Amino acid sequence: MGTKTKIKLNQGQSDTLNISGAEAVVRCLLEEGADLVYGYPGGAIMPIYDELFKFQDKLHHVLTRHEQGATHAAQGFARTSGKVGVALATSGPGATNLVTGIADAQIDSTPIVCITGQVSSNLLGSDAFQETDIIGISTPVTKWNYQITKASEIPSIIAKAFYIARSGRPGPVLIDITKDAQFEVFDFSYEKCTGIRSYSPYPKLSKKNLEEALVLINQAKKPLVVWGQGVILGNAEEEFKVFIEKSGIPAAWTILGLSAIPTDHPSNRGMVGMHGNYAPNLLTNECDLLIAIGMRFDDRVTGDLTKYAKQAKIIHLELDPAEVNKNVKVDVALISDCKVSLEELNKRISVGTYPNWIARFEALDKIENDKVIQCDLFPTKDGLTMGESIEMINKHSNNDAVIVTDVGQHQMVACRYAKFSQSKSNVTSGGLGTMGFALPAAIGAKMGAPKREVVAIIGDGGYQMTIQELGTIFQHQAAVKIVVLNNDFLGMVRQWQQLFFDKRYASTEMVNPDFVTIAKGYRIKAKRVVNRKNLDIAVKEMMASKEPYFLEVCVEKEDNVFPMIPSGASVSDIRLE
Amino acid sequence: MKKNTFTISVYTENNIGLLNRISAIFLKRHINLESFSTSESEIQNVFRFVIVVKTDAERVRKIVQQIEKQVDVIKAFYHTDEETIFQENALYKVKSNSLFEERQIQNIIKSSHATIVTVSPEFFVIEKTGFRDETEKLRKDLAPYGLLQFVRSGRISVTKAKMGISEILNTFKNNN
Repeated sequence: MGTKTKIKLNQGQSDTLNISGAEAVVRCLLEEGADLVYGYPGGAIMPIYDELFKFQDKLHHVLTRHEQGATHAAQGFARTSGKVGVALATSGPGATNLVTGIADAQIDSTPIVCITGQVSSNLLGSDAFQETDIIGISTPVTKWNYQITKASEIPSIIAKAFYIARSGRPGPVLIDITKDAQFEVFDFSYEKCTGIRSYSPYPKLSKKNLEEALVLINQAKKPLVVWGQGVILGNAEEEFKVFIEKSGIPAAWTILGLSAIPTDHPSNRGMVGMHGNYAPNLLTNECDLLIAIGMRFDDRVTGDLTKYAKQAKIIHLELDPAEVNKNVKVDVALISDCKVSLEELNKRISVGTYPNWIARFEALDKIENDKVIQCDLFPTKDGLTMGESIEMINKHSNNDAVIVTDVGQHQMVACRYAKFSQSKSNVTSGGLGTMGFALPAAIGAKMGAPKREVVAIIGDGGYQMTIQELGTIFQHQAAVKIVVLNNDFLGMVRQWQQLFFDKRYASTEMVNPDFVTIAKGYRIKAKRVVNRKNLDIAVKEMMASKEPYFLEVCVEKEDNVFPMIPSGASVSDIRLE
Repeated sequence: MKKNTFTISVYTENNIGLLNRISAIFLKRHINLESFSTSESEIQNVFRFVIVVKTDAERVRKIVQQIEKQVDVIKAFYHTDEETIFQENALYKVKSNSLFEERQIQNIIKSSHATIVTVSPEFFVIEKTGFRDETEKLRKDLAPYGLLQFVRSGRISVTKAKMGISEILNTFKNNN
């Protein structure tokens, strides 16, 4: 388990402090390097909030307007900073409101620690006021959870919580603390957790499999790399870049892998999956070797599994053993931190070029460009497109903003067209597809990367799911830029209704409020753009603002996102119209 | 794919929420548990779950991967019946007068190698350890005489091959 260092708290005297459980929680957070927490107070967590008041110069609390916002903000913070995000909530409804964000963090492997208050231990199981079994509720969506009923457990459990959240494949941890444990006074000392005997977060790379992978890579004629968030979570961006540059292998990304390398990198061949690019999707079924790096073969990436890359040998670089051979049977598994496996591969791979193979990508890119991209980015029709709005944001942010997206058409368009120059710049709800994610996540993203421009791009539907977080943005002056691409529709569902349900637009049309007035009501600068001629200056003005800023872009109502792989179809069935 | 009986053995830390976590893995995949039992294992403070499922080899492999992924799980295995030694335990509560009035019942108990655990004026209790078909046969044989209660335990099983949990714990220690 390694060595554990006791941290001296009372210098010169003893290494323990006689304090309450609540104060211990705050001290533990500080010991873990947290200086920012998101949350919402309530009865069962009041002792901890009382300590937050006393420690406010060291530990900044951001009051979100809903507990869901606290988890999404913690996620946004974790995604841009690479640190563990922290969310606090009271028992009962406070705790249940965290669940969506926790589930989102679980499926997107985001390290967060959620601390909930709980009724006193003598009331547990009595259906007390605001009692809910949050341990039972959160079990399927947490990497780990634990209920603390004695103050003495607080230091070791919180240490464990942070260790579990950040190590291996990261994920959410929930710690539920009864109110009596928060009040209880005990002798506090803190030791960081450096290992758990039943938990082995970094499996050792198999040398034999490494040899097999090298043979496959060095023999391949038409190899394709598909990378995911594992590259970013493993801080393996440099190793990954060396790998694709030295091997010369074309590389495509899953939605969460976006921004690991700059968009304009010559090996970057675009996005795979349902609304990904034409070439990498089609050529998945033509390559002779598929090298999957830190990705999990989600159904939105693979489409019909029985028709996915059947002709190819597959190498999977993956940290989580449970992901290997889960959806796609692989020929060689490199189960390890991809930073390690890429480094080992880089030592031994041959320098390669694949001119004929890459020409295939270029030919297909041209088809997509002519049929889809030109119309999206340089439309000739009157109505504004989502694509040109994203392109304008690229222009005025020098391709260097953190782009936070919600879920739906705007998300697909933003991920297709946003340009990035550094890693940890794409914050989106990938696996869970949580509408309402972007606005609160942008708050956390900005606080996690305060020097960077953070632009939240949101649809009119998702925006209204967590619109109350405008209050948080104003109160804490989180200088995020909010762009609502408003088509007065739940656009993605409408698109499916148009294509697969004979245009029966069941409950997808939105009668929307005046978003500019609402933003102004929250005392946030706001503007609306309806015409193309005003878009450039409006985006420029927004990006130049030092304060939070809201921009509504009224886009064409019934535009569709293409290319598209219909749900359940093969990647080869990708449609351009 | 062909369905088979698999015995899943899970070595775990003693954590109150773990049962919930493991059962959620089955629930999510709509897999019924044939039986479930848990006790302390050969190592102090390390617990062993024995879970029996009927499913195909591919699914049981994935389930075991998901179980093993849990932080408090040390190691999980799955085995076919041929790879394990397993038993179940059953208790049968029968009215006492049938023991004295029906001679046949004594023969049944004798031939099934069951044991009488307790006898009172009103009832007596028989215990039988064995395979499912053996405890089931005894149930059928006793039924005509009026079974007041019947209960069967989950499967308990040990593997023919070595588990090596202590070694695994040591490797974890060295890796960390």
